Amino acid sequence: MSDITSLHSSLVTRVLEGEGRASPEIRRAAFDNEGLTEPIGAFVDKVAHRARMVTDADIDTLRKAGLSEDQVYEIVVCAAIGQATRQYENALAVLSATTGRD
Amino acid sequence: MRLTILDNGHGIRAKAIFVLIRVISGHPVVDAVKLALYRPDFYRAGGLTQEAMRGPSEWSVADRELMAAYVSKVNETEFCIAAHTATSALAYNDGAKVSATLADLETAPLSEPLRATLRMLGTLTRDNRVDAADMRRVLAAGVSEAQIKDALAVSFAFNVTDRLADVFDFAVDNPAAINAGAKYLLARGYR
Repeated sequence: MSDITSLHSSLVTRVLEGEGRASPEIRRAAFDNEGLTEPIGAFVDKVAHRARMVTDADIDTLRKAGLSEDQVYEIVVCAAIGQATRQYENALAVLSATTGRD
Repeated sequence: MRLTILDNGHGIRAKAIFVLIRVISGHPVVDAVKLALYRPDFYRAGGLTQEAMRGPSEWSVADRELMAAYVSKVNETEFCIAAHTATSALAYNDGAKVSATLADLETAPLSEPLRATLRMLGTLTRDNRVDAADMRRVLAAGVSEAQIKDALAVSFAFNVTDRLADVFDFAVDNPAAINAGAKYLLARGYR
């Protein structure tokens, strides 16, 4: 079996706690898709749930709000990993509950 | 690319690699590579993707590439659909099988374990969750727990990558470059 457990854990730690231009608080909130002020909150929710609908105008809105490209980059990466992690952990928990094994 | 830093904000080493890629492959550097080489100390998912797609598994490489294409189809991510349709077709040596799967999972010429697994990945990708009934159907089709975990690792990797490709607006390459990329992914993997 392939095993991404430790690779997943280190990826999450790196994007949330590693060196970055966006604050760790904003990165964590983007990962959780929770507790962000606008316009970042609506943008992060779009990354999590309707990424294909993101437009140039969405990015321009963040630039006008004072975010640098590197901050936008980090927020997007955290939002994408956060949503995929929620899917992944939900499915693993359901599998474990279904089979009765960890 | 929507962020200029992902087109030309790289360090000298990455820029040198881009020159080599252009010279050796004869194709432009694909946006997925530009992303992978931008600030690798921050987002460095190549090792995880490599483990999911090429690590030990009861699924073949072709099956996992099909999972990547299928998850991307559900997410409607054109760049990843094109790249992993080509890679899966090359790995199976059967483009019709991959096309049929993306057109209609229920009638495609697939084994029932693979079909049931793709169905579950589709639900997870679309709804962000599955329930016990979804999981029981996959197990009833003869899929092992280890195979389910392997498929979920592929799904994780591509639910991240698809979002990044869509938000950063990866350009879909021409067919010759897509096929060259597929050959590279089968020969060298994701690192």
